[in-house]
Amino acid sequence: MNNDLIITLIKSSLPEAIIGYHEFRGELTFVVKKEQITQVAEFFKKNTELDCSYLSDLCGVDKVETEGIFEVVYHLYSIRKKHRVRLKVPIPAGNPTVSTVTDIWRTANWHERETYDMFGIRFQGHPDLRKILMPEDFEGHPLRKDYPIHGRQPATLRNVYRKDEA
Amino acid sequence: MGIESHLGDNILTTTLTTMVNWARKSSLWPMPFGLACCAIEMMAVVAPRHDLARFGAEVFRFSPRQSDLMIVAGTLTYKMASVARKIYDQMPEPKWVIAMGACAVSGGIFNTYSVVQGLEQVMPVDVYLPGCPPRPEALIHAIMEIQKKIQKESL
Repeated sequence: MNNDLIITLIKSSLPEAIIGYHEFRGELTFVVKKEQITQVAEFFKKNTELDCSYLSDLCGVDKVETEGIFEVVYHLYSIRKKHRVRLKVPIPAGNPTVSTVTDIWRTANWHERETYDMFGIRFQGHPDLRKILMPEDFEGHPLRKDYPIHGRQPATLRNVYRKDEA
Repeated sequence: MGIESHLGDNILTTTLTTMVNWARKSSLWPMPFGLACCAIEMMAVVAPRHDLARFGAEVFRFSPRQSDLMIVAGTLTYKMASVARKIYDQMPEPKWVIAMGACAVSGGIFNTYSVVQGLEQVMPVDVYLPGCPPRPEALIHAIMEIQKKIQKESL
């Protein structure tokens, strides 16, 4: 399906859930309401015309300083139809939660854990929302803009591994 | 036959220290600890083009218990630091360490929350090898510096 057909289909099928859309260099992006992300994701996967069977990426964006929101970005791909669509969901910085899509694409499990680890966005309904990259005792979420860029925990490892040396 | 025919029936004198150090430096068994692109250069060093066998250090062992030279090649993260230290602790004495590449030396370009800013925070380092990544010749040079250091050690 080309982008125009996708836009027409989404406009007619999910008018309530879409905040807006834009195209850049042939890439199509829909901005989706947080409350409807499960419904939209399911439609993109189950609709036979769209057939987005593959979630190629799911990640977060920190826009707290400029817009007061975090964003969760979903990159969808149809293996059979060979088209790509991007979904963006703005979520308020004060309460960064959004529904999981793990029951739609199982691959979202680790992506959502990473997004939780890096940005502190909580995915409601996720079966196992634990840190995936950072050490278990790490405090904070390092890809947030308010996390100090040199925020190493601890600042040096010399006192951990070489404290007994002269 | 060989060189012994020129020496005749003779006695050579040396010190035990010289002899032992000569044996140690001529047969280094490296423990490869590859963490990033530097590891590719490290692999090239044991391949035919650079042929580390010429310096007697080609026997890369993936068991720390059979090694005496640890080559930490690449970006050491906080999460990997305990593993690096454990491998180091498992190596029998005497042992030496090369910090290979800008990242292992100082953290390199990664002055960030997850990267250890220098291997010496985790273990003693004998030779610092800069470069991003260093050429295989540079690693050979680092190993030769280790050999020089070994030759000067006392028992």
